[in-house]
Amino acid sequence: MAAPRAFLHLASSIWKWGPRDIRGLSRTVAPEGSWRKGRALLQFLADHFYDVKALREYLFRKQVLKVHQKNRSFTHIKEQYGPYIAGAYFVLKQGGAVKFQGQEWMQSNGRGRFSLDFFKFQAVPVEAVDASGCAINYQGLDNLLALKELQSLSLQRCPHVDDWCLSRLHQLAGSLQELSLAGCPQVSERGLACLHHLQKLRRLDISDLPAVSNPGLTRILVEEMLPNCEVLGADWAQGLKLGPEEQS
Amino acid sequence: MLRRALRLGVGRCPLGRGLGTRRGGSTLDWDGKVSDIKKKIQSVLPGGAWNPLYDTSHLPPEHSDVVIVGGGVLGLSVAYWLKRLEKRRGAIQVLVVDRDYTYSHASTVLSVGGIRQQFSLPENIQLSLFSVDFLRNINEYLAVVDDPPLDLQFNPLGYLLLASEKGAAIMENNVKVQRQEGAKVCLMSPEQLRNKFPWINTEGVALASYGLENEGWFDPWCLLQGLRRKVQSMGVRFCHGEVTRFISSSDRMETASGEEVTLKRIHEVHVKMDRSLEYQPVECAIVINAAGAWSGQIAELAGIGKGPPGTLQGTKLPVEPRKRYVYLWHCPQGPGLETPFVTDTSGTYFRREGLGNNYLGGCSPTEEEEPDPGNLEVDHDFFQDKVWPHLAQRVPAFESLKVRSAWAGYYDYNTFDQNGVVGPHPLVVNMYFATGFSGHGLQQAPAVGRAVAEMVLEGHFQTINLSPFLFSRFYLGEKVEERNII
Repeated sequence: MAAPRAFLHLASSIWKWGPRDIRGLSRTVAPEGSWRKGRALLQFLADHFYDVKALREYLFRKQVLKVHQKNRSFTHIKEQYGPYIAGAYFVLKQGGAVKFQGQEWMQSNGRGRFSLDFFKFQAVPVEAVDASGCAINYQGLDNLLALKELQSLSLQRCPHVDDWCLSRLHQLAGSLQELSLAGCPQVSERGLACLHHLQKLRRLDISDLPAVSNPGLTRILVEEMLPNCEVLGADWAQGLKLGPEEQS
Repeated sequence: MLRRALRLGVGRCPLGRGLGTRRGGSTLDWDGKVSDIKKKIQSVLPGGAWNPLYDTSHLPPEHSDVVIVGGGVLGLSVAYWLKRLEKRRGAIQVLVVDRDYTYSHASTVLSVGGIRQQFSLPENIQLSLFSVDFLRNINEYLAVVDDPPLDLQFNPLGYLLLASEKGAAIMENNVKVQRQEGAKVCLMSPEQLRNKFPWINTEGVALASYGLENEGWFDPWCLLQGLRRKVQSMGVRFCHGEVTRFISSSDRMETASGEEVTLKRIHEVHVKMDRSLEYQPVECAIVINAAGAWSGQIAELAGIGKGPPGTLQGTKLPVEPRKRYVYLWHCPQGPGLETPFVTDTSGTYFRREGLGNNYLGGCSPTEEEEPDPGNLEVDHDFFQDKVWPHLAQRVPAFESLKVRSAWAGYYDYNTFDQNGVVGPHPLVVNMYFATGFSGHGLQQAPAVGRAVAEMVLEGHFQTINLSPFLFSRFYLGEKVEERNII
């Protein structure tokens, strides 16, 4: 029973090669083993045949459209039920968790289903949003920025949250107290500099950001920028070379 | 007898063995000969550049539908949008001609790389808004199969423009126009400025406008390389050469009111190769002048401006190169990570560069102090006399700084009204302009490229109406002035 399932797994991962290459792996990173041969074959085919190139471009566009589709705005819900319900619906649909003021955390189950009970909380503001790992991008952030009383926002490991998204967060400056950006692959120190608008921020998590060039120095500069905020990040000594007496 | 026969027999045997040995060559370089024959066959087949006399692979093609003079960010942007908006894949052949493949004097790569929406003209604001949208989604527009995504290193910290008492009313008006077009700009009073940016000395500042979103600076080299890569994958040809001549034909026609005009049409572009007298005449249908600081010379080659002054034939393209200096300095106690792109009331500007307290900045000289644009040498006294005093007055921490390096670049300066020239020439009917942006060409390049491509393919502007930027305004004397020029 395990063998056919493993085969299907491999087949599906091979099928996903084309579009995933463009987004994730770069040409400089050499994948190992049979992946390398497969990718070299795909590159050769795309370089020499217009049809293969057009097909791969089409698959890439489909992937991009999928992310756009996930981040569409729910104008109907917003008009009928208000911005809090629309924002909560958006987060739950993406697979995140939402906490209304005075209520418990709500999240969709493993299959993406969630109950629509929260539609009765039209006047209750949303207090906290946990969008870890969701495919939120610049467009989708519209739904979150309408939550004017949001106090805690977690965008951990979101693959499409980048510096442009952070430049929009100034709209939540009036209420946001806790923000977590740990593990976002596209956030760099330039986006972190935009957080100076968030004067009410008390906790900021900027650990494990691969795109930041100098994590220790960035943490110091962010701490200087936001004096009332506790910044969790890389240790300032990380990245410093050991002195001659410390080297073993 | 037998011995002689045996010797002859042994001698003749190798000759009779195979055809190859008959030729008498003692050694046979079979591998080398095979690769030579393969190359010859490849060049003879369709698509190869076959010339039995000499190699012509460095020359441009003999025919091309569109020739774009200038391979900087504006030229490549026009090429990209032409290929993107064409009705059928491969319908238009585009050739980009640039005389410097290292881009050593190109304004694009020497630019400070800022992008802002804080202009006074609605057209400029719209151009900038679309361009920032393009930059944000650059990996969807310029995606090439199997190549890594582009990292523009965009810094979204915004522009901070300071105004004195006399400029405050104009600034308020400008901000109103900007907000109407959709830019996110806010006005700040001197106290708000001091609260937000404690390192600023607000003496002499009456009002400040601060861009909250969609403004900042980025790496222009990355944009250029991304455009180049994408445009090559779409089938645009590149040629390193200099345009030396246009062969055109003239037609006498009558306007609706009975006046006679001479309309000119360019048929051939002569492209001369680097360091040689060899040139290739390229037959073309449309020529796009995106030569940046040297657009004036290209326009003169096409005969624009050769006529009695005051007439349409005698109106030259008023674009000339103007040298601007950029200085990089280090100041250990300088403004922090949140420093926006600050523009002082005196015209001096600066921005942060990187994490190490380095700053970039400069100032546009007045008309009397314009440096000689013959070379790109830097005048360090200009920093001492004209830039540093204003910097130290505005930011007291800059009183102690150390200049690390400096460079100079050209503005493609439009001496008429410092705004771009876009669209066809009224008399030379197939030359289109995309130049003269006087220092804000890089930030408007994607939108201008689209506008010129629409003009070429459809005949009119479709998305952003740039009719105020047409060439005819130079003859009619209608200045379209932009107040916020940095």
